[in-house]
Amino acid sequence: MAKFLNNRRNLVPFIFLLPAVFILVVGLVVPLVNAFRLSFYEWSMGTPLASARYIGLASYERLLGDAGVGESLGVTLRFGFWVILIEMALGITLALLLERQIRGAALFRTIFVLPLMVSPVVVGLIWRYLFDARSGLVNFYLEEIGEAIPFLQQFGFTTQLWLADRNLAFTSIIVTDIWQWTPFVFIIILAGLQAVPREVLESAYIDGANWLQMTWFVKLPMIRSVILITLLLRLVDVFRALEVIYILTFGGPGRSTELLSLHIYKTAFTSQQLGYASAISTLLIGIIFVLSLGILVFNNPLKERADF
Amino acid sequence: MSVSSEYASPTLAAAPRAEGIRLRWSVVLHYLVLLIMSVVILMPLYVMVSTSFKTQIDITASEPVWIFQPTMANYEDILTRQRFDRFLVNSVLTALFSTAATLAAGSMAAFAIARMQFPGRGLLAQTTLLIRMVPAAVLAIPIFALWLEWGIEDGRVGLVLFYTALNLPFAIWLLIGFIKQVPVELEEAAIVDGAGAFQVFFRILFPILRPGLAVASIFTFRIAWNEFILALILTNRMTRTLPVATTLYITDQGVEWGRIMAMGTLMVVPPLLLTFVAARQIIAGLTAGAVKG
Repeated sequence: MAKFLNNRRNLVPFIFLLPAVFILVVGLVVPLVNAFRLSFYEWSMGTPLASARYIGLASYERLLGDAGVGESLGVTLRFGFWVILIEMALGITLALLLERQIRGAALFRTIFVLPLMVSPVVVGLIWRYLFDARSGLVNFYLEEIGEAIPFLQQFGFTTQLWLADRNLAFTSIIVTDIWQWTPFVFIIILAGLQAVPREVLESAYIDGANWLQMTWFVKLPMIRSVILITLLLRLVDVFRALEVIYILTFGGPGRSTELLSLHIYKTAFTSQQLGYASAISTLLIGIIFVLSLGILVFNNPLKERADF
Repeated sequence: MSVSSEYASPTLAAAPRAEGIRLRWSVVLHYLVLLIMSVVILMPLYVMVSTSFKTQIDITASEPVWIFQPTMANYEDILTRQRFDRFLVNSVLTALFSTAATLAAGSMAAFAIARMQFPGRGLLAQTTLLIRMVPAAVLAIPIFALWLEWGIEDGRVGLVLFYTALNLPFAIWLLIGFIKQVPVELEEAAIVDGAGAFQVFFRILFPILRPGLAVASIFTFRIAWNEFILALILTNRMTRTLPVATTLYITDQGVEWGRIMAMGTLMVVPPLLLTFVAARQIIAGLTAGAVKG
């Protein structure tokens, strides 16, 4: 790539960068540095920041033995395991099945994008209504099916307290996440499949590969970097997820649906321990930093587009 | 499933369609799967819209009411009894200003990173990528503290600043890709003709970059319009945005489903229109992060 604006006019690049760098520093870097700084202080909400007490590493010591943090980290990992497993399996399978060009693709494409454009607040509200114990659709149809086929009643086809039972609430947030994010996985994998060079598929076809061989030995290996990036993006998002669950369950009952990011929020703004919440934030940022480095390794926009 | 029908690419299209019947069955199956997926995706949204037109009696009925006398009562209520107009203006202003700022600052930075050589270029690009993943829960605490310290009254200013900062990394990243697709000879020719960097940027690149700017603006708008946590922390009863106003219908006594679904329906209209107008661009933006080529 030719760099046509060379070093002679050294100031020019920095003038172009100035607005973005200024906004990023004030809007992201300064808050992040302050989150880190706050983690060494004890600061309760409602008191002036100047009166915050320096407590050194005490918050981090507390963090190591905090069962609540451990529990929410466990919830996050379990939640991530299930949603990523199901979303990736569903998304990849559907993309492989539906790869062919068809009429009406534009309409379906539009529909699949919808869950990603709807506000997380709205997603949380809709599913809270659907899972509602008294007037929710989920319970109504479970009961209908259970009455039609009584045999199924022992497998839970009856009225359930979806958001009030620990295991069922956990299932509810998984179902909601699958609804919201499977289309995302599907769209990206489909784009990856469509970007596989036609010559490769043709030569495999000429060599006599059948559909299964084509999928397993040609297509999936060709898009493995796309699959890996999608997986990492979803994993990062699992650690960032907050708003849908804030509305749907607010972490309850107990801590059964309290993801790490929601735990941080509640520690800061419900328990009003802003300093300690900042220490947990450092942990979360560390996790996300490592995962983002992974994405960066596989997908750097400055690298030339060669490694497919 | 036959291979020849499965891989009907332009170069293979000439292959004879000998297995016409099996082909048709696979097409039917294809549409069936797509149809089921669409119903699963649309059903919850339909439930929201239909609930917003129901009376409290229909909403809390033990059996779902599919055919009902639509009522505008929920909409009348939220449009007249609450300051809906004010919340709408807040949301629109926040989204417009942060989108404009993101596009301006983002395209300039992308131009510098994609086309110019300067010390720290690689580091800057990579740092930008790393900070794009910061969770809102982490930002909420320092932002709450800083906002008290800075003493700026209007929370909407803060929202514009933070939404712009949150969106910039993605916008820069996306626009670098778009700029790299523009043949550099165009700009070189302009330089030979005596144009400076700013003329090259504003006269040559900016107009060509419109598709990229469209994609970036959709994603910026989406964040600004939908974001809830930072808006909850920074705004008060005069400056709050629609997502925050919507959650006020969740009270200790329960959820006012009719009104909250009406709020949700109104709030979904702009992203919905955007999706129908620009689904292709949205997919381009989604896949830009993962698919090359």
